[in-house]
Amino acid sequence: MRPILLQGHERSLTQIKFNREGDLLFSASKDHVINVWFTDNGERLGTYDGHNGTVWTIDVDSQSTFLVSGSADNLMKLWSVQTGKCLFTWEFNTAVKRVAFSETDDQIVCVTEQRMGYQGAIWIFDINREGDGTQQSKEPANMFHPVGSKATLCAFAHVPGMIVTGHESGKVALFDAKTGEEVQSNERAHMDVVTDLQLSSDRSYFVTSSKDKTARLHETKTLEVLKTYTTETPLNSAALSPGKPYVLLGGGQEAMSVTTTSLRQGKFETRFWHKIFEEEIGRVKGHFGPINTIAVSPKGDCYASGGEDGFVRVHHYDESYFRAKPYGDLEVDE
Amino acid sequence: MTVPWDDAKGKSKGFIFVEFKHAEDATFALNAMNGHPFDAKHTFFITRFTDIERYANLDETYVEPKPEEFKPREHLRAWLGDPQARDQYVTYRGDEVEIHWHGKPSQCEIAQKKNILYTSWSPLGTYLASLHRQGVRLWGGPSFEPQQRFAHPLVKLIDFSPCENYLVTWSHDPIMVPEGAQQGPQFFSPEDEGNNIAVWDVKTGNLLRTFPTAYPDGDDSKRQLQWPALKWSPDDKFVGRVTPGQQISVYELPSMGLQGKKSIKIEGVVDFEWCPLGDKDREEAEKGANGAKGAKKVKENMLAYWMPEVANQPARVTLMEFPSRTVLRQKNLFNVTDCKLYWQNHGDFLCVKVDRHTKTKKSIFCNLEIFRVREKDFPVEVVELKDTVTDFSWEPKGERFVIISSNDPNLGNPGPGITIKTDVSFYQLDVRGKGDFRLLRTLPARTSNTVRWSPRGRHVMLATVGSSSKSELEFWDLDFHNDDFGRREGSKDEWGSGIQHLGTADHYALTDAEWDPSGRYLATSASAWRHTLENGYAIWDFRGQEIEKHILDRFKQFLWRPRPPSLLTKEQKRQVRRNLKEYSRQFEEEDAAEESNVSAELVALRKRLVDEWNAWRKRCKEEIADERKRRGKKADVDSDEQKEEEKEEIEVWIDEVIEQIEEEVVE
Repeated sequence: MRPILLQGHERSLTQIKFNREGDLLFSASKDHVINVWFTDNGERLGTYDGHNGTVWTIDVDSQSTFLVSGSADNLMKLWSVQTGKCLFTWEFNTAVKRVAFSETDDQIVCVTEQRMGYQGAIWIFDINREGDGTQQSKEPANMFHPVGSKATLCAFAHVPGMIVTGHESGKVALFDAKTGEEVQSNERAHMDVVTDLQLSSDRSYFVTSSKDKTARLHETKTLEVLKTYTTETPLNSAALSPGKPYVLLGGGQEAMSVTTTSLRQGKFETRFWHKIFEEEIGRVKGHFGPINTIAVSPKGDCYASGGEDGFVRVHHYDESYFRAKPYGDLEVDE
Repeated sequence: MTVPWDDAKGKSKGFIFVEFKHAEDATFALNAMNGHPFDAKHTFFITRFTDIERYANLDETYVEPKPEEFKPREHLRAWLGDPQARDQYVTYRGDEVEIHWHGKPSQCEIAQKKNILYTSWSPLGTYLASLHRQGVRLWGGPSFEPQQRFAHPLVKLIDFSPCENYLVTWSHDPIMVPEGAQQGPQFFSPEDEGNNIAVWDVKTGNLLRTFPTAYPDGDDSKRQLQWPALKWSPDDKFVGRVTPGQQISVYELPSMGLQGKKSIKIEGVVDFEWCPLGDKDREEAEKGANGAKGAKKVKENMLAYWMPEVANQPARVTLMEFPSRTVLRQKNLFNVTDCKLYWQNHGDFLCVKVDRHTKTKKSIFCNLEIFRVREKDFPVEVVELKDTVTDFSWEPKGERFVIISSNDPNLGNPGPGITIKTDVSFYQLDVRGKGDFRLLRTLPARTSNTVRWSPRGRHVMLATVGSSSKSELEFWDLDFHNDDFGRREGSKDEWGSGIQHLGTADHYALTDAEWDPSGRYLATSASAWRHTLENGYAIWDFRGQEIEKHILDRFKQFLWRPRPPSLLTKEQKRQVRRNLKEYSRQFEEEDAAEESNVSAELVALRKRLVDEWNAWRKRCKEEIADERKRRGKKADVDSDEQKEEEKEEIEVWIDEVIEQIEEEVVE
């Protein structure tokens, strides 16, 4: 696995995303800029300039036409993937921590932070895909305030009109987008902040990572914990690997306490775990700071990790990765 | 909380009802507050509400209690009968103590959660002792039933006598006997108040005697407890206690009375050590006890003590026989700052590590005074060294020792991030030559600060403990060339050539290292008591290959279960050694069978997991398909799109600028 080092950010990465074909990689960072790269050779295709604060989150639609981003400057922006132009801007009272497209690309969900006397909120906007995309409604289709611990993560669940959220207390919950009602919740899903939440391709299950050093696989419908992956370091990101029954976990010692420990203490490795047997398969080294975000190409042929060190490392799998059958001939469904 | 009020008297009726959320809370309050004195006249008593009901409805008729049926006690040494002769170890993590078999299917034997503060094995491995707030508890037998308990509240340290007959406990808080406390031979009586150290009989659980703590002389700030505070003679017959600067008091067991009715008065005595028994001594002692003919007079116990320079007297190390109290050998020493007494574990040699200073008292160097105890007149040999010796260790049963010395200027003032450079030297008794100890080899410029000999000798592990940057383990073999047991006689190799480095390993931030009783495995652990980085334990074989490694949060303690001395005679042992090849073939077969068994189990487990998962996925997919149909959409959105994609050709243009030449054309 020859990694490609993408050196285009001046500060730590916050989220990276592949498009559906896996040929483009979008990366957001604390340096206010969003970059897009060719996955194949690591060449930078362009940037999306306009945010004036840490870009916390990005998402791209399934047709690679629109990109949405949320930032600490209290703005959420819609971009044209092709031209890099900002098409529309929504403004909030607090920072936007997470954005996500719906399965059919006609809706966006976002989480705004609870701060400065403002309640945390989850907003759902309809996206007008007609025309050049600049004609968007400023008003949300739905908006609600989740009660209890503040939400940090969100995504559209398995059925339309359902939002799955991750919370600071370690809670995972399902909300009805229309009424804002908590349909289902698992208070003790994690013991600490949920740091990442990524859904399977059919959205029937999802993986979460947490500062409590574990990652867990949940069934979306019931929020039941299916599998638990226990590591020895706080986790920042967890991703599912299409085509292979693996989950990829990334994390490491907190950035602020890294300087007090030695490099090998930090555990800044991407860990591969078997999705079903709950055992670690291997690790990939490389970053010299904690890993903040991991994304796997929907094709399953490569993955990328973004670190606190400001680098994105893209790893294309070798032929042997696809041939290898470390657990014999057991067929595992996606 | 309800306070019933007596309106007539205008004050409370003198009791309250308190309701707790959980039964545990109530129990805690009961333990903490019952008998709490508000003032001299008023004492607070707590009774459970359920108890009141129970005692109110008590049946008054007398029922003859059934005599308790005799239950055979479990065999306390059952673990030695393991068909594969595996060893056991105990791990202590969080507030959980677990006992494991060390072997292929590493299984947990018991798990108990009982607010344990510390655990320890007895020296022969019969009991597992656990420290609780209320006292010490002993566990034993194959299912680890409670065996005995010793009520010493807030106990902090314990120490067994070498034959496991007695137990010494120490608590920082002086013993208090509250009013109405239980009485009996197993409990403290008012005379014991104010003392810190207690001696118990393990079998009966009876308290034998208590002592106050004896601190060394000097100002209070430097007071440091010496532990073990009571030193046992190797046959459990005597226990000694030193009052620094004054005397050694030796008590006879089991009466715990002062032997000879008086202590051994020694002006200025600092420390003493009993001479351990060798295998031979043990045999002879047994013979003597059986009254067999031809048994020699049983050798008396021996102890060594030292005292520093006082006024014009030189410092002195003395060997004394006990109980006859005859001085066997004395040696005067000069310019002494400190002495440490190290007995070889069979009592063949005594090494006195003497830290000496130069006349100006500026630099410290070290002498090793080695007493050869088995020879006539106890000849003393001196090994002079220029550096400070930080650690000394005899080879068990052997004639070799390892020292760690250092001339690092940072030695006296360890700071964070400073790793002290050390030299490691091996010495051996030169049997063929003059019969003195000679240097085998020195390993210069190490960072190792800890030596661990394998309990069988020959193998030795050097480790850097307690450093934040270095954590190396080095495994050495001192008899690499001749596997034969009768090694030293026939060896014609060059002096010191048998030392061979077997392997190097690394356990980050380790705090402890311990060989298993058979000397085949070494366990290292990083305890949460010392730091919180990567706590856990690892087990290595004698070559430094990792066998197991577990990183566990809040991991505190790892202890191998000790084994009692073998019951096989020398003849039987020789027999075993002769047939070793035959046995090893058997063992290998067993191992192979075990392995295939395990892997079959694992395959089955995985198969089951995958089947479960696949079944669940199938259900999920069906549900999703139904859902989509219901919404009036195509059942499978992806399929045609994917076909399109497959046709798509991907062309990649790679522009590589090989050379760029800028030419300036001057016209």
